[in-house]
Amino acid sequence: MALIDDVDFGTPARPSAATVTLLIDGAPVTVPEGTSIMRAAQEVSRPIPKLCATDKLEPFGSCRMCLVEIEGVRGTPASCTTPVREGMNVTTQNARLERIRKGVMELYISDHPLDCLTCAANGDCELQDTAGEVGLREVRYGMDGANHFDAQVKDPIDVSNPYFQFEPSKCIACSRCVRACDEVQGTLALTLEGRGFASKISAGLEMDDFFSSECVSCGACVQACPTATLMEKSVVDHGVPTRSVETTCAYCGVGCSFKAELKGSEVVRMVPSKSGGANEGHSCVKGRFAWGYASHKDRITTPMVRESATDPWRKASWDEAIDFIATRFKDIQARHGKGAIGGITSSRCTNEEVYVVQKMIRAAFGNNNVDTCARVCHSPTGYGLKTTFGTSAGTQNFKSVEQADVILLIGANPTDGHPVFASRMKRRLRRGAKIIVVDPRRIDLVRTPHIEAAHHVPLRPGTNVAVMNAFAHTIVTEGLVDEAFVAQRCDMVEFERWRSFVSEPENAPEALAEKVGVDAETLRAAARTFAAAPNGAIYYGLGVTEHSQGSTMVMCMANLAMATGNIGREGVGVNPLRGQNNVQGSCDMGSFPHELPGYRHISDADTRALFEGDWGVHLHDQPGLRIPNMLDAAMDGSFRGIFVQGEDIAQSDPNTKHVQAALAAMDCVVVQDLFLNETAAHAHVFLPGTSFLEKDGTFTNAERRINRVRPVMAEKSGLSEWETVCRVARAMGYPMHYDHPSQIMDEIARLTPSFAGVSFARLDRDGSLQWPVNDAHPDGAPIMHVDGFVRGKGRFMITRYVPTEERSNRHFPLILTTGRILSQYNVGQQTRRTANSLWHPEDVLEIHPHDAEERGIVDGDPVSINSRVGATTLHARISDRMAPGVVYTTFHHPLSGANVITTEFSDWATNCPEYKVTAVQVNKSNLPSDWQAHREEFVAEHYRVTEPAE
Amino acid sequence: MAMTRQNAAPISGGDPDPVTEAVDLICGRYGDRPDALIEMFHDLQDGLGHVPETALKPIAKRLNLSRAEVHGVLSFYHDFHTKPVGRVVVKVCRAEACQSMGALPLIAQICDRLGVGLGSTSAGGSVTVEPVYCLGNCALAPAATVGGVLHGRVDAERVAALVTEMTGEAG
Ligand code: SF4
Ligand code: SF4
Ligand code: SF4
Ligand code: FES
Ligand code: FES
Repeated sequence: MALIDDVDFGTPARPSAATVTLLIDGAPVTVPEGTSIMRAAQEVSRPIPKLCATDKLEPFGSCRMCLVEIEGVRGTPASCTTPVREGMNVTTQNARLERIRKGVMELYISDHPLDCLTCAANGDCELQDTAGEVGLREVRYGMDGANHFDAQVKDPIDVSNPYFQFEPSKCIACSRCVRACDEVQGTLALTLEGRGFASKISAGLEMDDFFSSECVSCGACVQACPTATLMEKSVVDHGVPTRSVETTCAYCGVGCSFKAELKGSEVVRMVPSKSGGANEGHSCVKGRFAWGYASHKDRITTPMVRESATDPWRKASWDEAIDFIATRFKDIQARHGKGAIGGITSSRCTNEEVYVVQKMIRAAFGNNNVDTCARVCHSPTGYGLKTTFGTSAGTQNFKSVEQADVILLIGANPTDGHPVFASRMKRRLRRGAKIIVVDPRRIDLVRTPHIEAAHHVPLRPGTNVAVMNAFAHTIVTEGLVDEAFVAQRCDMVEFERWRSFVSEPENAPEALAEKVGVDAETLRAAARTFAAAPNGAIYYGLGVTEHSQGSTMVMCMANLAMATGNIGREGVGVNPLRGQNNVQGSCDMGSFPHELPGYRHISDADTRALFEGDWGVHLHDQPGLRIPNMLDAAMDGSFRGIFVQGEDIAQSDPNTKHVQAALAAMDCVVVQDLFLNETAAHAHVFLPGTSFLEKDGTFTNAERRINRVRPVMAEKSGLSEWETVCRVARAMGYPMHYDHPSQIMDEIARLTPSFAGVSFARLDRDGSLQWPVNDAHPDGAPIMHVDGFVRGKGRFMITRYVPTEERSNRHFPLILTTGRILSQYNVGQQTRRTANSLWHPEDVLEIHPHDAEERGIVDGDPVSINSRVGATTLHARISDRMAPGVVYTTFHHPLSGANVITTEFSDWATNCPEYKVTAVQVNKSNLPSDWQAHREEFVAEHYRVTEPAE
Repeated sequence: MAMTRQNAAPISGGDPDPVTEAVDLICGRYGDRPDALIEMFHDLQDGLGHVPETALKPIAKRLNLSRAEVHGVLSFYHDFHTKPVGRVVVKVCRAEACQSMGALPLIAQICDRLGVGLGSTSAGGSVTVEPVYCLGNCALAPAATVGGVLHGRVDAERVAALVTEMTGEAG
C-alpha cells in the first residue's frame, strides 16, 4: 500500500558509475545506466501510471499500464521493463497512450467491486489513484460478466493472521505480494495459483490460510499490495492514517526505521521506511505489528511506593516518589557508605536516558556501581574486540553482507532473532554466497527454501573455542593464511606466537573432534571454505558470548578474520548481532562500572579530568560493582539500594532464585519500567517509564548506526524518563538539568571523541550516522579499520580451549541451551501483550526423539527439567533440530522460569553468564515445579495495588 | 503456525504412509532436482492416479522449495488432479470465446446429464467433470475434451454419448 509522503519510483535504483542521458517528454534527464524508463521519468516528476511495478521489487511487466512511446521504436513498450538508452526520446503522455491505458484500466475495474467509498483503502489505493490518473470515468464492459466479486463466486476474506487480512475479491493479480515475499522477505510463502482468469493468490497449499502457511507475518506483501486486498486490520478498523512520524523500532539490534502513521494522536500502523539505513523498507512481525503493548491496559502510568516489598503498592505523586527514593538512598549511604547503592541501565532505553542514569550514579551517588544488562549478553564482544582491534563494536554495516562470498554464522539464529538482517543475508545467499553454520541446532539457515548451508558444524554446546582453534589450525598448517595482510596490518610478534600456538597438535581438528562432537573432516572442510573466500564475513550472536569462554571466543573470531585478511573493507568483518535495540548504545554510553562513555577507563586521569570539569564533581577512580557483585554484596548486607532502569533482572538474569533473594535483602529497590515486571515484585518504588512511541532521543543499532527515536504521543506518565532521572539526581543533591534531550546528546558529543560530530540537528538532516563521527570520519564510518586498526596493529590473542566446568554427568546427562524465536522478544514483557502470542503461547522444551523415547516422553507431554540449582516444568516438543544429548528452550514467558535452572557460571573476563550451557535431567511430569507453584502465590501477593480511599 | 512450527517441526514416529513412500521414491529417482518437479508430478499421478495434496509438503521439503512454490506449479497445469478422478475425465472450457457460445449453460447441462457436480467425480467413480480456461480451440467453441480427446462445437448430448462409449455405462 502506498505510504504517506513517499515517492514510488516504480523500479529499484541501479547504482552505476556510467550514466545515460535521454529525453522524457522533451526534458533531458541523466540517470545511471540500467535505470528503467519508468524510474527516469519519475526522477523528472513525469510519473507513469503503473500497477504491477513498485521500487522495492524487480520489474515484472504484467499489467501493461505503463506503456510509453519511444521515437523510432515500434509499438508501445512497457516503461518498467525497458532500460534507458543514450539519446532515447520518450513520450509518456499523449492521446494514443491515454486511450490504451484507459482500456487496460477498464478491464481491471470491470472485475473489481466498485465499493471505493466504503473500502478500507479509500484514499490509500493505487488502483483507485491510477484509475483517476488515466482518466477512467466509466466502464463499458458492464459489471455482469464473469467476475471475482459477486457474492456467489467470491472467495471469503482470510482473517486468520491477527494483524492483516486478505480479501481476494479485490485482487488484481499483479503478483506484487508474491514477489515481495520472494524478493524482499525471502520466505516464498505465496504463489499465484492456477492461470488465466482462474489465477488467484494462495498462501501455500490448498488447505492453508495465511496463519497456517509458511508466512512469518513480516508485512512486506501488505505493503506491496496496491489495493485493499492485503490490508492491515488496524486500518480496516480505524481508517486510513493522515500523518506520519519517522522513528526507530525498539525491538532488536537491527534498528529498523519506521514511519508511525497516525490518525489524530492514535497510531494506526507502523510502516518500514525506505530511507532507513538498517532496513531499507523492510520489517519483521515485531516492529511492524507488535506495538500495541504501548497502550496495553497493564501499563502503569503513575508512580507507586511502599514501605516494604510485601506491602501493597500505593499510588504516589512524582514528588513523593522521588523524595522517597532520595531519602532512602541517602539514608543507606549515611549508614553503610557511599558504595552501598548503585544502578543498572537498560539496553531498551535511549542513549540519552542511559547516559543520565550512569551520570546520576557517578556524579550524584558518588560511586561507579553502574552496570547494564548487556552484561548478560554482549559484554564479551566489547572486551574481545577492544583487545584485538581496539574498538568495542562490530566492524561492518548490514549492507556489507551483500558483498560477502562466504558467511560464517556462529551461535546466532538471524531468521528468528534479527529477521530483517536475515532477509538481507538470504538475498545474498540466493545470489550465490555460501554459508557455514556453527550451531548446536539445525537452525533455519542450515536449510530453508533455496538456501542450503555449505557446512553445518553441530558442535556440542560450550565447545566454540575448540571449533575456532581447529579452524585456525587448519588454516595455519595448510598454508591458507593471508600473509600479506598480516604482515602489513598486524603485530608480527603476537602473530608468530599465535601461529605456533594454533599449530600445536592439541589444536588439530583430529584432536578436538571428539570434544566438539563433529568429525575432523567437517571441521577442516569448513575452515578451508572460509579461508578460500575472496570476502569472508563472520556474524555471531549470543551463542558465542553467553559462555564461560565468551570473551576468548570473540578473540578467536577476531584472530580468524585477521589471519584470513577479512577486515577493513566491504563484505568482510566480525559482526555481533546484538539482542536488544540499544545494547550497542547503552555500552557506548558508559554503562560499565570501569568505563566512562566512549569506553575510556575510569582509572585514566585525563578522561576523568575531562568529565570532572564538565560535571563539576570529583569522580571515584576505581571501577564499581558489576551486577553479580552487587547481588552478592546484597546477600552479605553491604549493598542495599538499586535503581533499575527498564530491565527485568529477576527474569532475565541467571539463577533467578539468587537474584530474588538478593533483591529481597535490599532496603530500596527502584524500578523504572512500563509494566510491573518480575523485578518490581521486590521493589519499593515503581517509576512509570515511557514506551518508544513516547521517547525523544536516539538508539544505536548493531552496526553502530545512531537513529532518531521521535515521540508520536505525549508521555502517558506525564514525565520523560531522562527528566525523572534528573529529578532523582537533584533530590540527591546533585544539580543535573537539561531543557531538552538534544542537550544531553550535545554533552555526550562534547565529552566523547567518537560522538564528536553527532547532534539531533545533524541526525534530523542526515537520517542516521554510524559512529565514529569526528574529524577523521566527518560522515561516520560504515566500515571500520579501513586503513589500519583503531588500536594501531591488529593483535592476535592466544585462545586456549578450557572446557566449562558445567558438564553433563550421571545425574544431569543432558545439556540445555537457550535461545529466542521470531515472534517474541527477550523476556516477552512487550510481545506477550500483543497478538504475537498466538504464535508462541508458551515456552516449550525441544528434545531429540532419541532422548525423548528413552524417557518415555511424547510430543506435548509436560516434563520437568532439573539442574543442580533448580527445576521447572514445560511441555516437550520432539524435534531433531538438536543433536541427541542437547535440549533447547526459549525464555520469553515468566512462568517457564528457564533461568531458574541456569547456573551462576560466567565468562571469565566479563562475568557474562553462561546461559548457553546447563547440565540438566528431563523427566516426564505433570506437576508444576515448586518454584512455579510458589510463584503464583508470590505474584498475587506482590502485585497488589491499593486504590486510594475516596 | 509456521513461526513456531518451523522452529521445531515435531516428528511423528511410526511408518511412513504410502504417499510419503511414493514421494521418497520418485523424488529420489530425480535426485531431488527442483527442475524435475513436473516430471515428479507426472510420475506420482501415474502411480497414484492423482497428486494428493498431502504429497506437497514432503516434496517441498525434499526439494528445498516452499510449499507455495510447489502448489503454484501443480495448480498451473490442468493435467494434474489433486483428488482421485473418474475413469473418464471431461474438461469443458469456460474461457471468453466459449462463454460467448454458451459454455456456462452447457457446463450445467453436462453436469446434469452425467449426474456429477463441476469439479467432482460421479458416485461410481466413472466420470469427472472439470472446468478449464481455453483449450486453444476457440474457433470451434464451445470446446471440451473427453478422455483427453479434444472436441469442438460440443453439446451435452454429444459429451454424454462419448462418455458412455468410453465407460460402457450410461452416464
Ligand atoms: S507477511 Fe511476509 S512472510 Fe507473510 S506472506 Fe507476506 S511477505 Fe510473505
Ligand atoms: S493481493 Fe494485492 S499484491 Fe497480491 S496480486 Fe492481489 S492485488 Fe496484487
Ligand atoms: S528486525 Fe528488529 S528492529 Fe527490525 S522490525 Fe524487527 S524487531 Fe524491529
Ligand atoms: S507497471 Fe509496467 S507492466 Fe505493470
Ligand atoms: S476460449 Fe474455449 S477454447 Fe479458447
